[in-house]
Amino acid sequence: MSFWTGPRGGSAGGTGLATRKSENLRALESEAIHILREVAGQFERPVILFSGGKDSILVLHLALKAFYPAPLPFSLLHVDTGHNFPEVLEYRDRVVAHSGLRITVAKVQDWIDDGRLTERPDGTRNPLQTVPLVDTIAEQRHDAVIGGARRDEERSRAKERIFSLRDGFGGWDPRRQRPELWNLYNGRHAPGEHVRVFPLSNWTELDVWNYIEAEGIELPAIYYAHRREVFDRGGMWLTAGEWGGPKAGETLQTRTVRYRTVGDMSCTGAVDSDAAEIAAVIEEIIATRITERGATRADDKVSESAMEDRKREGYF
Amino acid sequence: MSSSTSTRTEHQAAVSPTEAHDLAHAFHERAPERKLLRFATAGSVDDGKSTLVGRLLHDSKSVLSDQLDAVERTSTARGLDTPDLSLLVDGLRAEREQGITIDVAYRYFATQLRTFILADTPGHVQYTRNTITGASTADLVVILVDARTGVVDQTRRHAAVAALLGVPHLLLAINKIDLVDFDEAVFDRIAAEFDEYSRELGIGEVTAIPISALHGDNVVTRSERIDWYSGPSILEHLETVELTDDAAEGPVRFPVQLVIRPRSDAFPDYRGYAGRVAAGTVRVGETVTVLPSGRTSSISGIDTPDGPVDEARAGESVTLLLADDVDLSRGDLIVGGQGDLPEPVTEFTATVAQLADRPLRSGQRALLRYGTREVRVIVASLDHLIDIDTLASLPAPSTLSLNDLAQVTLRTVDAVPVEPFRPRGAVGALLLVDPADGTSLAAGMVGNRRESLHASEVRRPAALQKDGRPA
Repeated sequence: MSFWTGPRGGSAGGTGLATRKSENLRALESEAIHILREVAGQFERPVILFSGGKDSILVLHLALKAFYPAPLPFSLLHVDTGHNFPEVLEYRDRVVAHSGLRITVAKVQDWIDDGRLTERPDGTRNPLQTVPLVDTIAEQRHDAVIGGARRDEERSRAKERIFSLRDGFGGWDPRRQRPELWNLYNGRHAPGEHVRVFPLSNWTELDVWNYIEAEGIELPAIYYAHRREVFDRGGMWLTAGEWGGPKAGETLQTRTVRYRTVGDMSCTGAVDSDAAEIAAVIEEIIATRITERGATRADDKVSESAMEDRKREGYF
Repeated sequence: MSSSTSTRTEHQAAVSPTEAHDLAHAFHERAPERKLLRFATAGSVDDGKSTLVGRLLHDSKSVLSDQLDAVERTSTARGLDTPDLSLLVDGLRAEREQGITIDVAYRYFATQLRTFILADTPGHVQYTRNTITGASTADLVVILVDARTGVVDQTRRHAAVAALLGVPHLLLAINKIDLVDFDEAVFDRIAAEFDEYSRELGIGEVTAIPISALHGDNVVTRSERIDWYSGPSILEHLETVELTDDAAEGPVRFPVQLVIRPRSDAFPDYRGYAGRVAAGTVRVGETVTVLPSGRTSSISGIDTPDGPVDEARAGESVTLLLADDVDLSRGDLIVGGQGDLPEPVTEFTATVAQLADRPLRSGQRALLRYGTREVRVIVASLDHLIDIDTLASLPAPSTLSLNDLAQVTLRTVDAVPVEPFRPRGAVGALLLVDPADGTSLAAGMVGNRRESLHASEVRRPAALQKDGRPA
């Protein structure tokens, strides 16, 4: 499988289960492309949040399709917590180089070093991403920030608009949301504000995987089953690393695991899995009784409103 | 140990690997023809709407165990004996605190037969704009009534909104039927009353189903306790209701989003017009007219995300290539067919719903969004208010307030090729935007919607055999 380069440029072979896009996937693809083209039509300085995770890979893939054969009219932005999986950073750099794209990497470490951010006692850097994100959006005067968030991920995300207005601090106010009717997306905003755009709003985790299979999109290897040294913290298999694990009392063991989401290593858990290729991953997702974020994200469990609270502060 | 431990161990525990494999294959085999149904729920505050949505998700196995765990934890913390399924759907802190739904939420689930997008809308009258939002993209609206109270103001209001927006299917869910002793006469009386009202509104099609959302009767599985009713459950109806593709019929409407001009070595002369087919089916060779300029050309090629094709239907995002070099940019409308073209005009009437807190008044300047077109507009006059219960005309107020429905006359600085609202594909839909800060002031539909509605009937669904086929 190779990263997609244009119509008929990718391998659509699949691995047996789904060899063509269903009507549903084609409808979702058309909607996402329409949204991405509206961003190009309505904004001056849009940027795609690109982490090397599957949802942002999908957004980039759809964006390349939306403007083909013209070049992508967006740059990329990655907020690097400093605790990212090396395989994911390698993937990110390879895709960017291959596609001739521009990327800005905002490093949380830089903000810590110059005192704009303070390291948390628990070492988790996921919540620290918000400040570098909002600062970089302001510095680079981005008026539209495109992300891969989906409404099926979490219940406050289920309330999110496709064009989501953010205030001068990047904050989300659920009571200030604009009604969004038909497919008329309103990107107008006051100076200083910006709009977050979510082209995958109507996709589910299963849609994402089915589409990745149908299109033959390459993902970082950690999405598939592999042997890894992990330890248990708070009921999750975390990977060992310089970010601060394992601590005393936490024992390393080697297990066969894969990741359902990719984020900061300090709060992204692996799941036990033998699914080494995509058809097996899809079977596993159909059979699972645990949501993607429930299985692998420690930071969503902090409180009942953890995601809503972070979004209010400017988190994507 | 903490509940998150069980999270990990249960990850694959729901079904055996063999069952999972069979399930995956059955699901995938159906995938190519599985269609999408978008539906919205509406109902008065205490009619059990959240319970119905929670029940629908729960009984169709669309709720995963960690979500259910969270609901159980919160329910227990609040001293409840049974899990409050409405917590599944109320996503905002303020909603959970107040126990009401404030904003639209979208939920996703799939069965072997269909994929569903559910717009879960609030019932309070002050959130009518959200009901309109949810209904704007819906193929079907579920209106919930309490069997003990029958049709109330909110029922009429939600039916009127559905009628205005041209939603093709209505499902009247007569809930809490267990609290009236499963009485068929009660069901028939409510269905008949709603029938009369919906005829007046000109609603397309209504199906009435007796249910108990709390106990799950006729929500996902058919109830044996309601023996006089032999039609489908709500989910069965959602899975089988006929989806017409009227957006793909009739002449082509293609609002141009962007001009694609690579100017690269590989594509030195490529010039394509990117957009999404709003209505009709566009074909290579077809003669088209570009509005507002009125120039004609023909389609020389259609590029899609998967390469060139001969035709593209409503809903598809494509790039059109034209045989002639015509002056064309974002905001223009490519229309097909030889007959009646939408005529560019600078003054037209529209039915609008006020979305914003700030009032809309006669003489007000705004930006009009129509398709991909953006043009300056003045609200020339507020012609009359529309009674949201009956859709009757009332005298015009001096300003429109939040949630008001009204007919207005709009005057634009440049001519816009507007045409009467057609719900599928949202041709004729518009937005009024405040140019100062971008606030969406009002959403509207071109033309006099009240006159364009036509009559129909409420029906009890045909009796079904055990296999779901009509008897």
